[in-house]
This record gives sequence, C-alpha cells and structure tokens, in this order.
Amino acid sequence: MDAAVFLISAAIVLTGAGGVLVSRNPVHAALFLVQTLFGVAVLFVLQDATFLAAVQVIVYAGAVVILFLFVIMLLGVDRAEDLGVEPIVGQRPVAAIVGASLLGMLLTALLVSVDGPTGAHGANTALGDAADNTRLLGEALFTDYVFAVELTAILLTVAVIGAVVLARRVRGPLAPLPVVVVASVADDGEQGDDGPPDVVEATDASDEGEGA
Amino acid sequence: MSPATLAAPLVLAADPLLDGAIGPGIVGIVLIKVVMAFILLLVSVMLMVWFERKLVADMHNRIGPAEAGPFGILQTLADGIKLFFKEDLIPDRADRVVFKLAPYLSLVPAFLVFSIVPIGGDFSGDGTVTWFGETTYLQVADPPVGVLFFLALSSVAVYGVMLAGWSSGSKYPLLGSVRASAQMISYEAALGLAIATVFLTSGSLSTHEIVARQVSGSWNVLATGVVPFLVFLLAGTAELNRPPFDLVEAEQELVGGFHTEYSSLRFSLFFLAEFMNVITMSAIAVTLFLGGPAGPILTDTLGWVWPVFWFSLKVFVFLFCFVWLRATLPRLRYDQLMDLGWKVLIPVALGWFLLIATMNVADDLGWPMVPVVLVGVAVLVAGAALLTGAIQKARGDALADLVDEGVED
Repeated sequence: MDAAVFLISAAIVLTGAGGVLVSRNPVHAALFLVQTLFGVAVLFVLQDATFLAAVQVIVYAGAVVILFLFVIMLLGVDRAEDLGVEPIVGQRPVAAIVGASLLGMLLTALLVSVDGPTGAHGANTALGDAADNTRLLGEALFTDYVFAVELTAILLTVAVIGAVVLARRVRGPLAPLPVVVVASVADDGEQGDDGPPDVVEATDASDEGEGA
Repeated sequence: MSPATLAAPLVLAADPLLDGAIGPGIVGIVLIKVVMAFILLLVSVMLMVWFERKLVADMHNRIGPAEAGPFGILQTLADGIKLFFKEDLIPDRADRVVFKLAPYLSLVPAFLVFSIVPIGGDFSGDGTVTWFGETTYLQVADPPVGVLFFLALSSVAVYGVMLAGWSSGSKYPLLGSVRASAQMISYEAALGLAIATVFLTSGSLSTHEIVARQVSGSWNVLATGVVPFLVFLLAGTAELNRPPFDLVEAEQELVGGFHTEYSSLRFSLFFLAEFMNVITMSAIAVTLFLGGPAGPILTDTLGWVWPVFWFSLKVFVFLFCFVWLRATLPRLRYDQLMDLGWKVLIPVALGWFLLIATMNVADDLGWPMVPVVLVGVAVLVAGAALLTGAIQKARGDALADLVDEGVED
C-alpha cells in the first residue's frame, strides 16, 4: 500500500511541478504549485511526519500561495505572459545551468552515493509513532534549539517592523508617495485590480475601459 | 517501503478499530462511517436551511416556507431540484477551468472537516462504541494532528472563495472574493490562537483526546470556556462569512459577492458548502469547548444513542445562535471588521494563551500560583495599555492627516 500511495502522490507532485513550469497564466501556475505542495504533504504523512504534513498545508498552501495569489490579483498581472520578451538579459542560461546542477546533485545523491536514501521511516532519529510527532518536535524546538527559534522570531519581528516602516505614510513636507504609485499601477492593470479605497475610481475606469 | 509498515495506516492508529489486522469487516465499518457522515451532513444541511428560513421568519414576524411538506420542511429539497434544472452559465470572460474547479474547493474541505468530529461514544469510559463486535470511535478518522487538520482545511477553503471570484472575470465577484479571503485569513489567526489554548490545556491535538480530557476536567471551563471560547465563536462566525460579518455578500454593494456569476448546480455547491461549514464549525466548537458528545447516559438499552443526542443538542444550540445573530445584528463596516479581528481578538487570544502557558510552567516548576498569576496579569495589562496607546496615536495621526490634506486625499 505504501508503494501505491507513493506512486500516486509522486505523480501528483510531478504533474504539479510540470504545470508550474508550463502554464503561462500566473494564477494557474500558483494552483499547480498548491497541487505539488499537497502531494508533498501526502508523502510526509506516508513517512509518519503528520505534523509536518499539516503544517505544510497550513503554511505553504494556506498562507504563502494565498499571498502569491493576492499579489498576482492585486497587481493585475493575472494574464498570460509573453515569453518572447526576456526581462533580465542572460537570466535563462543561468537558470538552465543552476537547474541542471541541482538535478545532477539529486541524481548523485540517489544513484551514486553509498548510504543513499533508504526509504525507511525516520531513518535518522527515532521519532516515535505518529502521535508523538508534535510533542517531540516541540520539545526539540524549545529545549535544544530554543536559541535558533528565538533568532527566527526576532527576524520575523524585524521583517514586520520593516514592512510597517516602509508602508508608513510620512507626515510633513514629504508627500505620501504610495497612493500615487498604487493609482498608476491600477491604471495599467486589467481585471485584477482592487486598490485601496483611494483609487477605487481608477479601478472602475480600467475595468470599463478594458471591455472595449 | 519495508513490508513491516504495510499493517495499519499510522494516521488513524489511535482508533482501536484499526489496531489489529484489517479484514473486510473493518473496511466495511469504515465505509459505513464515511457514508453515514456524508448522509448526516447532507440531511442536516437540508434541515438547517429550512430551520434558518423558518426561524428568521418567526423573528421577523412572518410565516416563512409553508407550502412544501409539513411546516414547509421540504422547501430546501424543492429549491435544490429547481437549482438542478436551471441553466448552467459560464461567463464569456471567465477562466473556464478555474471557474469549474472553485465550487469543489469550497465543498470538499467542508465535508472533510466533519470527518474528525467525534459525534458519539461513551466518554465516561474510553469514548468508544461497539458495532458488530468491533470497538471503534464514532468518528470517521482521528488523526493525531486532528485540529491542525481542521485549520489546514479551513485555509484550503479560502481557495474556493478566492478563485471563484477571480475566475468569474467580473468586478463584483472579484471585490467580493478579495474581501472574503482577506477576512478569512485575518480571522484564521484569531481562530488558531483560540484553539492553541485548547491544545495547551488538553495536551493533545487529536479531537478524541481533547474531548476525553475535557470530560475528566469539567470541560476546562476556566481555562478555555470563557475567553478562548468567545474568541473562537466570533472568529468562527467571521470565518464562515455569516452575519454580522457577511460583508462578503453585501448585496447592496457587491450584488451577490464571490458567487455572483455562478448559477445552477455550481451555485448550489457553494450554497451547500456554506451551510455545511456552519454545521461543521458548530460541531468543532462543541468538540473543542463543550465536551463533544459527553453527557449523562440515562438508559442502559440503546446507551449509545445518548452521546449522539447530547452532541446534536449542543450543536443545535450553536445553530440557533447563528440564525439568531443573522436575524438580529446589522452588518459591520469593513474597517470595524478588520479592527475587531486584528486589534481586539488576536491580542486577547494571544494574551490569554500566554497567561495559561505561564500558569502551566509555574505549575510544572512548583512556583506559588498567586504571585505568578498576578505578575502575568500585570504584564498583560501593561501590554494592553501599550497597544491601546499605539492605536489611539495612529488614529489621531490619521485624523490629522485628513485635516491637513483636506480634499486632496
């Protein structure tokens, strides 16, 4: 049964990954990414890592990709890309090289190395049965690795404060820049616009103009 | 893939039904449970729609559905049949694949959440029932990460709403879906924090285990029964997009919200998902805070009926309250909605969570409880004061901005 579950979820993961590459519409690509993430979550369950599987869905599918979709919809880039244009020159050969070397590394790890992947459940440590997953992870994070956890927390706090500072409207001589920027983006955008209330008129205008 | 792991799927290992070898009888019982859960949910949706319409009508001093069946109880069935025969429209500018996918992304999570809810079982013992000589839990599955499964599915449900609005290729659905997903994501945080306190108190993520711990500890009324429970109720109502948090389908502004362009069967799927979510959210609330199916078993014969009865009764109280809210309260404004979520519910849930965590640590280390609680409360009050100060400063600044800039903004 393990093999069947593995094969099905591997197929889901791979078709999802292929879909991300092939689809031209960013929203479709994001959805294929969700498919891949779900497949990986099933693989985690297969390896008795149930907590990881749940967190995978909550964090990646539930938060990260949703944010992708938000950005895609709000910025109005939700239409097929023209692949003839290369925005960053020289990016494609570099991407090809990086991709090929990653593939090479994976294949080396899988085929060549002596102590390669065994496919056994929890090969490195005794993780207990699936029910103990959460408890053991929690104990490890908040005893042995508590320093790393705290550092990550500080990093996230810095990120939040940074975002607030960047988005803050400056009072006084400096004019509030963001409104102008958002309005001009909304003018360019297609159906995917929902700017803040300041730019609702611009959004409506672009929606009607587009139908013509 | 070693053969030793072929035995029981570990995900469901907690259920005694799946402990030994799995024969056709056990597969049959699991199948019965799945089908039962499915039918139960569908039938209760049918009754819920009727109940909501009838109760709202009563509160409005109207009659409500009265023609189909006794007391109009078959009205939902009639409406369902009507919907099936409506023309199925797909707008020209819709993204066809995503447009067809979205209703299922709403419906499937709504179904799946119900599978982790224990709807019966004698929790004065070990919470099991015995069917055909097999001992089992009266829930479809009891994954060790049970409640995280619920959170994961409620974040998947956001996709249905979001993609439905986007793929319709029209502006009202898009606005509705952006509102809906922003609201659902915001309130998921408060919901999760309220649930975190439940984890902390019961020491487990499995729904069965949580119910069992509540029964032995008087439902944990002090730790989770007041603050997290209220936060959960408010956040849950918002998560369901029910009144007074139903800006998502504010008819005056958005026509019908994210499903404006949907018709026929696809619309009915959204409708179904919405009511199913109401029922499963009530069931989850009962499971996490009100002891699930726990209650006195009054007769010996057919003893298994009583827990199911108590469970249904508790869920029914919630359903009544949801309808009551709808009939009574006006819709919030969008900024009020966001303020309530981010500036009230999340801080309150987080503060309470920290307080309970401190008390747990103090309990473990044998510290005297009274000074610990006093210091904890003092820290929380200081934090609340800082937060209120910051909010008021920001409000004042925004007001000053408006005054400065006048019409320009």
